[in-house]
Amino acid sequence: MTIIFDGLAAGMLLFLISVGLSVTLGLMNFVNLAHGAFAMLGGYVCALLLARAGVPFLLAAPAGAIVAALAGVVLERTLYRRLYGASHLDQVLFSIGINFMAISAAHYFFGAQQQAIVLPDFLRGQIKLPGLDVGVYRLFLIVIGLTLALGLQWLVGSTRFGAQLRAAVDNPRAARGLGINVERIFTLTFALGSGLAGLGGALGIEMLGLDPSFPLKYIVSFLIVVAVGGSGNIKGSLIASLMLGLFDVAGKYYLPQAGAFVIYVVMVVMLIARPQGLFGRSAAK
Amino acid sequence: MSTTAPDLSPLRRAAAWKTPELIFWLLPIAAYFLFPKSLSLLSQMAITALFALSLDLILGYAGIVSLGHAAFFGLGAYAAGFLAKYGYGDPLLGLAVGALVAAIVGYITSFLVLRGSDLTRLMVTLGVAMMLYEAANKLTEFTGGVDGLQGVEMHQVIGLFGFDLYGKTAYWYSIGVLFVLFCLARRVVNSPFGLSLRGIKQNVRRMPAIGAPVNGRLTAVYTLGAAYAGIAGALLTQTTQFVSLDVLSFPRSAELMLMLVLGGSGRLYGALIGTMVFMVAHHYLSDLNPQYWQFWLGAVLVLVVLFARDGVMGLAQKMIKAGKS
Repeated sequence: MTIIFDGLAAGMLLFLISVGLSVTLGLMNFVNLAHGAFAMLGGYVCALLLARAGVPFLLAAPAGAIVAALAGVVLERTLYRRLYGASHLDQVLFSIGINFMAISAAHYFFGAQQQAIVLPDFLRGQIKLPGLDVGVYRLFLIVIGLTLALGLQWLVGSTRFGAQLRAAVDNPRAARGLGINVERIFTLTFALGSGLAGLGGALGIEMLGLDPSFPLKYIVSFLIVVAVGGSGNIKGSLIASLMLGLFDVAGKYYLPQAGAFVIYVVMVVMLIARPQGLFGRSAAK
Repeated sequence: MSTTAPDLSPLRRAAAWKTPELIFWLLPIAAYFLFPKSLSLLSQMAITALFALSLDLILGYAGIVSLGHAAFFGLGAYAAGFLAKYGYGDPLLGLAVGALVAAIVGYITSFLVLRGSDLTRLMVTLGVAMMLYEAANKLTEFTGGVDGLQGVEMHQVIGLFGFDLYGKTAYWYSIGVLFVLFCLARRVVNSPFGLSLRGIKQNVRRMPAIGAPVNGRLTAVYTLGAAYAGIAGALLTQTTQFVSLDVLSFPRSAELMLMLVLGGSGRLYGALIGTMVFMVAHHYLSDLNPQYWQFWLGAVLVLVVLFARDGVMGLAQKMIKAGKS
């Protein structure tokens, strides 16, 4: 039971970070390998606010998200925008470049050491239930993850903004013809994706750690989630994250010698079985 | 019914050896005398150039995006390492086995890679490479894990030239293998097979209509690229007499792609020049400032993608054109 619970919490954390990538990669069709860099930015903002300015955690984490979102707006306006029409290969190379710069910059400003944070008291400790020890922070992550998943599903699926976004992605020219400000929608969406990354990065410090190598260390997991979940699909990302979290934790528990091998096997098998992802929009494009 | 033979002379002319190419191949000879103290760096450069060449075959010519090409490099490296460790230290045999092992795995995985879109290909190639990395990492009793594979004993090249302390044999051996395989690759990309690959890259849907079996061709070139990477990996093992776990690592695949793009993909010389530029820059910049050289690497990459999509080779061609007009 504890394994399942920990797996769910790990999966939820994965979801928190990768749902942002699901927005940029999935909805906007931009292979943004620099996603981890935004997550790292959010994490550093949160860690510094906590440690140096004594800002409470519940404010510092959203602050991380906001800074990451602002950075997203700036980069989108100046650089990313030029590459919307480019091939996936160009986008990959470009965002790897951004990643390398972010890693060096983090190194320069914050040093190579791990950033540690102290969680507030009410998020620490465990709740004892019969047969199950529930870490409070993990429960907190699961609640936040579910809330975000529902919120995003609603935002993309049922609001005017969501409808405009889907229109802008599927056919930018027609959307422009209908008077939708496609550029603005894309900027906002990119900011949303980066902000979610920042939030995930801030919430993830406790479990994943935070050091300058963060963007490359975890990018593989984020990409797996999006690729397996099917692009542009929040429900798919959620289920894929939870599955990967479960497989990863269970794999490490039952087969420690196999290590991370398990999730790669799961990914490749899933991609072979469903190249479009679990809930891919196979008919689109 | 008579069919006129198509006029092949423009293609033949494009495939002929040109003077700048011959001059280019004098560089390794010049480098031997100019930089006698950096022979090990120069051998590494030749090996990495061969590796970049293998990626150019599948990415530059066939348009298969791969983020996990280090898988084949690592397979070749470990295959040659085991072979030499257990007594079969003949270098050419090692290369052949490295190529064979990588080609077999390349052939098998090509069927996974050919499914799906660019994104799926990225993820599957990455996944295969990560699986091998984890396997090599965990099977410590065979591979030595993070400590690397030790005890690689090499025999003499063709029974004549032993590997010496100064890396002279290693240098000529690497350059020789690079040159032979380059000539082969040059022959391949200028053959009808190579032309059909370019056709596939430009328009996948139209190629079946003119009778080219797309999947068969892609499988073939992916296998060939894997074999080349395997040979490069085997070369690295033989010249350094050691296999480190990072032959399989993700940064190796990613950096390789950077080198290729820096030089200009889809041109064989792009792979060679990109590798040279990258490794020389790496050598000097990381001497200056080891931690932050990545920053400049990233900046150059962003600039290349935004402004110089065809890399050094593309820029050179543009300048020559501008000079003529």
